[in-house]
This record gives sequence, structure tokens and C-alpha cells, in this order.
Amino acid sequence: MPAGHFYAVFIHSGGCARCNASPIDPSAGSAIAGREQKPMNVMLAMQDAFAQGLLWAVMSLGTYISYRVLQIADLSVDGTFALGGCISATLIVGGMNPFFALIFSLLGGMIAGAVTALMNTFLRIPSLLAGILTMLGLYSVNMRIMGKSNTPLLGEDTIITLAGNVLPFSKNVINLLIGIVFCVGLIAVMYWFFGTEIGCALRATGDNAKMARALGTNTDNMIILGLLLSNGLVALSGALVAQSQGFADVGMGTGTIVIGLASIIIGQVVFRFLRGNFALKLLAAVLGSVLYRVIIAIVLQLGLDTNDLKLFSAVLVAVALSVPLLREKYKASRLRKEAE
Amino acid sequence: MLKLTGVNMTFKPGSVNEKRALIDVNLVIHPGDFVTVIGGNGAGKSTLLNVVAGVCNNESGRIVLDGIDITRKPEYKRAAYLGRVFQDPMMGTAAGMIIEENLAMAKRRGKRRSLRWEITREERAEYCRELAKLGLGLEERLQDKVGLLSGGQRQALTLLMATLQKPKMLLLDEHTAALDPKTARKVLQLTQDLVAQEQLTTLMITHNMKDALRVGNRLIMMYEGRVIFDVEGEEKRSLDTRDLMEKFEMVSGGEFANDRMMLG
Ligand SMILES: Nc1ncnc2c1ncn2[C@@H]1O[C@H](COP(=O)(O)OP(=O)(O)O)[C@@H](O)[C@H]1O
Ligand SMILES: [Mg+2]
Repeated sequence: MPAGHFYAVFIHSGGCARCNASPIDPSAGSAIAGREQKPMNVMLAMQDAFAQGLLWAVMSLGTYISYRVLQIADLSVDGTFALGGCISATLIVGGMNPFFALIFSLLGGMIAGAVTALMNTFLRIPSLLAGILTMLGLYSVNMRIMGKSNTPLLGEDTIITLAGNVLPFSKNVINLLIGIVFCVGLIAVMYWFFGTEIGCALRATGDNAKMARALGTNTDNMIILGLLLSNGLVALSGALVAQSQGFADVGMGTGTIVIGLASIIIGQVVFRFLRGNFALKLLAAVLGSVLYRVIIAIVLQLGLDTNDLKLFSAVLVAVALSVPLLREKYKASRLRKEAE
Repeated sequence: MLKLTGVNMTFKPGSVNEKRALIDVNLVIHPGDFVTVIGGNGAGKSTLLNVVAGVCNNESGRIVLDGIDITRKPEYKRAAYLGRVFQDPMMGTAAGMIIEENLAMAKRRGKRRSLRWEITREERAEYCRELAKLGLGLEERLQDKVGLLSGGQRQALTLLMATLQKPKMLLLDEHTAALDPKTARKVLQLTQDLVAQEQLTTLMITHNMKDALRVGNRLIMMYEGRVIFDVEGEEKRSLDTRDLMEKFEMVSGGEFANDRMMLG
């Protein structure tokens, strides 16, 4: 019963997250009815946060390839995430099996990633700008694919409903299981790939392109391969999220890059013990994605206006990005003080 | 081994900043030659190596290496034939990857890369043996990130990486310039050992005239994009720094020879 076990673990950690929030919980000690009402909502919100976190973590893993391995902040992911969702939704409405729809989303994302990479390598457009151009262009592409700005999947088969037909669990738990399967599978595949000769050449390209070329690596090809894989995963994540939430929207990718970076950096800062091994670093990014969703769920429970969410995310990422530097500065100033 | 015929290289052609870095360079390097290259700042020494390595493309002339015309081959393809070490010790290795991964990349220089997992047990044993020869204790640290090593250690590692897969030619661009004097001597000694052991054809830029005279069997001096002096064998051995300075003043039309090349 591994599934049941995971369920228990996540419910438990959800509870812990609630405890952290409780000092400012105004309902504490109020009427019994209220007290029973609130934990249920929180529990569901946390379950949902974990499930969403894992489905979005597929995107974080993709972003890891561009941001951490190739050291490129690739903004095309805002477009490719939505692209994945739009392709999946359109194909499902058209009658395709939702699993096959995932594959087409993956392929669509890979093509988009290759476009950004080709602009960067062949046309020598700076990667940041190339990503922005792809992102912008994809908005129109996504509108074309769906023919409208939003495609609901009400009453359609999705991988969640199909899994629900055979597994006796709630929708949240099934989301969670699907998220775990994809994340664990992808970490395994990525760990393998980045240990191969080609994978090492890709890592070396991001680490030191001059050295990589001097050792016979076609660095342009590696950038193309990296962005292709990265955007493929991001689109896959978009497809999973669309199928899980039951609709695709052209705007669903807005801010994806920020969420991806947030997950990677939060994961790295909070789960500092997950270092050394590449698979552990990927796991940290996945956990970072989950933690990001948990943080968002908590601030929403605490009454943050959903309209302020993007501002909150932006501030969160800015803070997380500055933590390593602040930590360095703090260390340096302490060393100076000790020296005096 | 290496033959440059009428090689010209101009940076930013047609602009106000146009810079003719190599002017009609003709050079033949024979198998087994160990050539030291000297010349003032901006003389075109690095550009000469970069044109051979394919970092920049010469606008005219031909470059033939061991019978292969490499003039239009991209840098990553020429890497199959060339071992290179740069002035900046950070440039020759990937800091975020461990020592054995760096070596494994070097071992596969110019080979087709596949989806095989890197590094077999025999390979690791070979790396240990080779690292032990450096005498820096790196054979104990195969799993350490290269970023943890000092500049000298990294430069020694880069040198080993450049020769792990025997290159047709070894290109060294002031590879000891960024090191402290003691480490610089050590790395230079290591260079000489490796070159002698593997009988490598070598082109070594140095800013140190004494080294240029002491090391290698041939010396060329560059000035404003041209090779202005080329000596080898007995004639080279009989030179001293004073001769080089005189030579430099002569071709530069009396320009005082205290240029940076004249230090050391
Ligand atoms: N990438 C470049 N763009 C423009 N000019 C360059 C570039 N690289 C070198 N130069 C110029 O070419 C000339 C030769 O440079 P270089 O070969 O690096 O000299 P050095 O002999 O000191 O190694 C110098 O005047 C330098 O300013
Ligand atoms: Mg130079």
C-alpha cells in the first residue's frame, strides 16, 4: 500500500504547515463549529498545494536545465507552459487519448525550445531576448491552437479522470500520485542522462563553454539540446496542470519563469542538506516547488488577496535570490569583526 | 606539422576600430618542434594561436595541420587535433564538475559522444596514474569539484587534460603568467616533461624572455601582427636576452625595448 502511505505522510506535513500558521489564526479558541470547519479547509488546501506543487515541479525540473545547467534564464517557458496546456486541451476536446495528448504537448514544447535556441545560437540574439520573443510569439500560437482564450475540459477524459476510474482515491490524491510518478521518473531519467557523455558535454557547456569547445563539444548543439529538453518538460508540466485543473487558458503561463526560479532557489536554500549528488539537487527543486505552493496556500488562507499573489511571488523570488549573497555578506562581516 | 600560408586576420574590419592583428603570416612548424613565441602586448601572439585553434577565423590564407586543411573547420572540430591551455587557469576546466568528469571529457576530446555513462574502472585507474605523475596529490581527489582546486592545480590539470588524448599539437597561451613564480616554475617544468615524454609539437607563448630562450628548440618573435624573427637550434641556444632586445629595437625602428615582453 505505498499509495496510502504517501497519503498519510502528506496529510501529516500539511497539518504541520497549519500549525506554523496558527499563532495568527483568529479562529483559535472560537466556537467548536468554526474550529472544525477551518482545519478541513486548510487540510484540503494543503493537499491541493502538494498536488499542484508536484505537477508544477515538472516545470521546475525543466527550468533547472536552462537556469542551472546551461545558466540561461529562458523566458520562453512562460509561453511553452501555456503551449503545453493549450495543445493538450485542444487535442482532448478533439477526442484524443489524454496520455497521447501529453506526448504532443511535450513535442510542442521541444519545438518552441528549439526556436529560442536557434535564435540564440544561429542568429546570436542574446538568450534573454530570444526567450522573450518566443514567449511573445507563443501567445498568438496558443490562441491559434485553441481558437479562443480558454478551453474547458468539463466532461472530457483527462489522465486524472482516467486514473480515478481505476484507483479508489479522491481527485487530490490522484493528482498527488501522478505528480509523484512524473517527478520521480523524471529525476531518474535526468540523473541518468546528465551522467552520460552527451549529458556531461551539456553540463560543461553551461559551466565553461570555452573549455567545452576546446574539448570538441559543439556548444551550439548543446544549447539547442538543453533548451529543447527544458521546454519540453515545461510544456509537459503545463499539460498536466491543465488536465488537472480541467481547463487550459492562454494566460496560464504568466509568471512561469518566476515560479520555476522560486522553486529552484527555495529548494536550494531551504533543503541545503540535499547537495552533492545531482539527483538530490533535482529533488530539492521538486520540494522547492511544493514548498512554494504551500507558502502560497498559507498566505491565501491568511487572507491575501489573490490579485496580490503575483506581487507576493515576485517579492518572494527577489528575497530568495538574494539570500545566498546576504549570507556571504553576513559571513564576511562576521569574519571582519572577528579579525578586528 | 603545421603550415600557415599568407594568413591575415583583421578584427572589426571596416570600422574605426579596425585592427589588423595578423599580417601575412607564413610559418612552418615541423613535427617535434617546441616553439616559444614572444612579442609585446597586442603583437598578435594570442591571435595566432586562436586562428590555429579556430577561435577566430582568418580572412585569408590557409592553415594546414598534418596534411589536413583546417582553415574552414569550426573550433570544436579542430579540437580533435589540438590540446590547449589558456592564460586564465579558470578557463581550461569546468569548475562545477568533478576532476574525473573533467578528465573524462578530455579523454573524449574530438570523439563522438554517446549516451554511454562516463568513466569505466580502467579509465579511473588510468586517471589516478596520470594524476599521480603531477605530484600534487590530485589522485586522491577524483571526486572533488575542480572549483575547489588552486590556480596552479587547475593549470596542471588542464595541461594533463590537453595531453591525455595525444594531440597533433599543443597550444599554450601564457599558461604560467597568472601563477605565482614558484607554481609557474613547477607548471613549466611539468610542461617540458610532458612534451618530452609524448614528443609533442608545441607552440608556447610566454611573456618571460628567459623562459623563451631556455625552453624549446625554436623561438619566434612577433611585432604588430608579423613574425619578425625566427631562430632555431644552435643559433637559438647561443642567444641571450640582450640579443633579443637588440633585435626588437632594430625591427621596431628604435622603439625602446622595455615593453612588457622585455620584463623578466
Ligand atoms: N576580440 C577582439 N576584438 C578586437 N580586437 C582584438 C580582439 N582580440 C584581440 N584584438 C586586438 O588584436 C591585437 C592582437 O591581440 P592579441 O593577439 O591578443 O595580442 P597578444 O600578442 O598580446 O596576445 C591587439 O591590438 C588587440 O587589441
Ligand atoms: Mg595574449
